[in-house]
Amino acid sequence: MLFGMSWDTQHGELAFAISILPILLRGLIVTIEASLAGFVVALVLGLILTVLKSARSRLISWPAIVVAEFFRDTPLLVQLFFLYYVLADYGVILPAFLTGALALGVQYSAYMAEVYRAGIEAVPRGQREAAHALDFSGRRTFTHIILPQAIPRIVPALGNYLVSISKDVPVLSVVTVLEMLNVAKIIGDQTFDYLVPLTMVGALYLILTLISSALVNALDVRLPKTGLPLR
Amino acid sequence: MTDPIIRFDKVVKRYGALTVIDELDFTVAPGEKVTIIGPSGSGKSTVLRILMTLERIQGGVITVAGEPLWHEERNGALQPAGEAHLRKMRRQLGMVFQQFNLFPHMTVLRNVAEAPCQVLGLSRQEARERAEELLKMVGLEDHMQKFPHQLSGGQQQRVGIARALAMRPRIMLFDEPTSALDPELVGEVLTVIRRLAEAHDLTMLLVTHEMRFAREVSDRVCFFDRGRMCEEGKPEDLFTHPKELRTREFLKAVL
Repeated sequence: MLFGMSWDTQHGELAFAISILPILLRGLIVTIEASLAGFVVALVLGLILTVLKSARSRLISWPAIVVAEFFRDTPLLVQLFFLYYVLADYGVILPAFLTGALALGVQYSAYMAEVYRAGIEAVPRGQREAAHALDFSGRRTFTHIILPQAIPRIVPALGNYLVSISKDVPVLSVVTVLEMLNVAKIIGDQTFDYLVPLTMVGALYLILTLISSALVNALDVRLPKTGLPLR
Repeated sequence: MTDPIIRFDKVVKRYGALTVIDELDFTVAPGEKVTIIGPSGSGKSTVLRILMTLERIQGGVITVAGEPLWHEERNGALQPAGEAHLRKMRRQLGMVFQQFNLFPHMTVLRNVAEAPCQVLGLSRQEARERAEELLKMVGLEDHMQKFPHQLSGGQQQRVGIARALAMRPRIMLFDEPTSALDPELVGEVLTVIRRLAEAHDLTMLLVTHEMRFAREVSDRVCFFDRGRMCEEGKPEDLFTHPKELRTREFLKAVL
């Protein structure tokens, strides 16, 4: 029994599969929530890293570069354990789900920063020069001229990372988050049938990934290539 | 003679080991229309880009309307200027680019109204009225709600001119404004610039390859070669009786 739902092991594999589907779907919802939460953290933190890394003062840019490298070059599991166990020793106790979303966000923010940088550099230099000639401040140039043109260029890459994040969510099971794989494992542990739940997890992941890729593509096609229109 | 609005005093610009502007002395009087001609690599566009504060200088002093452009006076000595000073100085200049550099994600109207609204602090209504007036002046009143990619090159460049004028600069810089245009679209842009040249108080600095046009609109033509001003004079003199050998060779090649 899990989430107050029980399974049927008496009437063959199909009946078993049908009976555990709602339980796995509960896990899938957690997986989606964790992916989205991690994605949002990565989006925001990545943008902050991008801005800091490109700061004119080395006092700001160097630490940001080091931090981003550190985020990117250490395993997700290490970061996760660190947030979950080490911080707890210092009195910072975060719920498992929040810890997981943070760890995913931190890890992926470093990758996002690279995507942002590439998107920003792809905006022609003349745009910056025109803004400069019109006496826009550096900040306004970034928010009104560069960013609206960079975003449509980076949507496909960001979408790929969203899919990647969702595929990393099972790592959160080690800190007790009840995402889909963890749910399947618990069912397996209790029924001694791993084949059916794990196969279903694979299939559900495939469906999830295909749907999110399709959504990202649809968004990519919709967005005007010239930039987010400011009327 | 009145005080010059632009003065270059032994200005040096280098890219690494390459000297692009070599101890240039150069002045422009208020309201004067000056055309700069010369072979590519002669530093003519660099002069405009330095004035627009897009390129730093490595030596010398530039004065715009009596104030140093790249320097400010602190403790009685000239120091490299801070951002606040540069922003204040930049207000006096407007620039039209070879590649137009319109903002592709904004309508034509917004392209022109954005800076007056965001930088000068005009209300939306005021900025809009100013933009509409200027777009009417360049003959684009029917295209205000379009995006730049829906316009021809000539129309885009006219938006570029309106956009620069919307900041009410005292000095307009034109960096090869027609070089990126199809030949049949050059005329409409030159017509707009010609009309601007009739305004007495607007100082204009124009880099162009349109020799006939240069001859028509400018008070003075300067021939640049290898980072120096090789020869200057009234257009009728310089084009018909160039004194320097380099000028003669260049004119023979382009005319």
